[in-house]
Amino acid sequence: MKWVVSAFLAALLLLLPWLTGDFYINLASQILIAAIFALSLNLLVGFGGMTSLGHASYLGVAAYLSALLTSRYGFDHGTAALISILGTVAMAAFFGVIALRATGLGFLMITLALSQVLWGLAYRMSGVTNGDNGIAGLTRPMPFGLSLDSAVAFYWFTLIVTAFAFLMMSIFVSSSFGSSLKGVRDQPRRMAALGFNPWMIRWITFIYAGFWGGVAGLLYVYYNKYIHPTSLSTTSSAEALLGVIAGGSGTLSGPAVGAALVLLLKNYASAYVERWNMLLGLVFLFIVLVMPSGIVPGLSALASRLRGRSS
Amino acid sequence: MTISPPDHALEIIGLNKAFGGLKVTQDVSLSIRPGERRLIIGPNGAGKTTLFNQISGDMRPNSGRIKLFGEDVTMLAPYRRAHRGLSRTYQIITLFTGDTLEHNVTLGLLGLLPSRWQMWRPLSSYRGLAVEARRVLDTVGLLHLAGHPVSDIAYGEKRRVELAMALAQKPRVLLLDEPLAGLSNSERTTVKSLIASIPRQTTVIMIEHDMDTALDLAETVTLLNYGRVIVDGERDAVISDERTREVYLGT
Repeated sequence: MKWVVSAFLAALLLLLPWLTGDFYINLASQILIAAIFALSLNLLVGFGGMTSLGHASYLGVAAYLSALLTSRYGFDHGTAALISILGTVAMAAFFGVIALRATGLGFLMITLALSQVLWGLAYRMSGVTNGDNGIAGLTRPMPFGLSLDSAVAFYWFTLIVTAFAFLMMSIFVSSSFGSSLKGVRDQPRRMAALGFNPWMIRWITFIYAGFWGGVAGLLYVYYNKYIHPTSLSTTSSAEALLGVIAGGSGTLSGPAVGAALVLLLKNYASAYVERWNMLLGLVFLFIVLVMPSGIVPGLSALASRLRGRSS
Repeated sequence: MTISPPDHALEIIGLNKAFGGLKVTQDVSLSIRPGERRLIIGPNGAGKTTLFNQISGDMRPNSGRIKLFGEDVTMLAPYRRAHRGLSRTYQIITLFTGDTLEHNVTLGLLGLLPSRWQMWRPLSSYRGLAVEARRVLDTVGLLHLAGHPVSDIAYGEKRRVELAMALAQKPRVLLLDEPLAGLSNSERTTVKSLIASIPRQTTVIMIEHDMDTALDLAETVTLLNYGRVIVDGERDAVISDERTREVYLGT
């Protein structure tokens, strides 16, 4: 059953450019980018038990760095991407040291506060960030000389990066280190008594999540060719967190499903309902009430019950 | 420079710990020889588990020192003490309930190995770890449940998994916090012989209320009350001591 669904999704993703037009292809690219972002947040929330409300910092900072380096300082995209990612990772390392002084609610508040600082800077430092006007007129990179300007070309590029990101994060959570991370989430004291360093495990995960958040940020700015302070806002962090929880935190595919749901609602509902956030809230409420562990765990439990296997 | 082996596996010197005005550890000093079997007894609230928490590093003492094989570990983080050969079990069962027994014991093994930092290779591909985890589970008589999640097994079996996780680490000093608590008579006998079979390279310090069983396992006994060491010495001497009777019978 699980394989059937996975194979169907893979086939759909691969055949999409022949099935539909530019509008849906672009929507699919956006969903993939949101999925990488949600997956990276899920490393913290689902596998590490560290609920962050500031993950947009990594997406936003990588995007701003790339935008500034290419548009203002004349860097080529390859170098700009490298510096942006390195900068984002360094920032994650620094923010991690601050945020991991606390756990639980304290951790959440610190990540929120740090991301608010960045959001405020993006708004107010208009000399650098162009403030509320954002930075427009950006270009997409040309890997191996191939133009990514068409919707289909960009989709393929995004799909390859997403597949790689999904693979890397899957390996990460099933590795020894991933097992240590889950152990520290469930029983930090016991893990310390067994010889694991809980702080270091959390910190490394925080940096790794920041890295993939940065990758999502690069794709985000390549896709939009524009960057605005809202990319750093709490709403941006909260939407991703909503996706992770709605889809199923601590599962591999859940956050991607949740991110897709949030984006689809945003794109469809906003065309018909002005207050689409309200609709999102209702959908989220429904999910939490009916499938408290998220869509993916909820549906797989339902599927196994339908086949007569007790769960 | 001394190269001779240390005289004590564990040495505690003038340890004090207070929660606000409540003194839970008061000037506790203990010396435990390598290979010794020490039983720590005392009424509820005597500060036994708090003492263990300070030895394992879960709690920082207010003053005093803790030495492991001659090395001062008072300020070391718990995981660093684990790497110096200290293992413990918990009075309140602290297992990974969603994971299999094998995975639980594997974590015990992994904690001391450099491969715990490995990010690119699935844990399941370390065949040696799985084999060793199953071997340890066999010694506690739980091999047949190796693939079951901890949440599926009985309380007495969980106690044995606690023990297996610690034994898997081949500790030099093992702290057992009420390993017999809540067990049936037959389970007691099983766990008792299990503890008795721990090799002499391991120093065992045990908190236990079940005197009938625990006294057979102990060579030396420390009696704590109100955070203080009341009597400390050879088993029979402590048991027949007047002060022991006073603490337990209140006369």
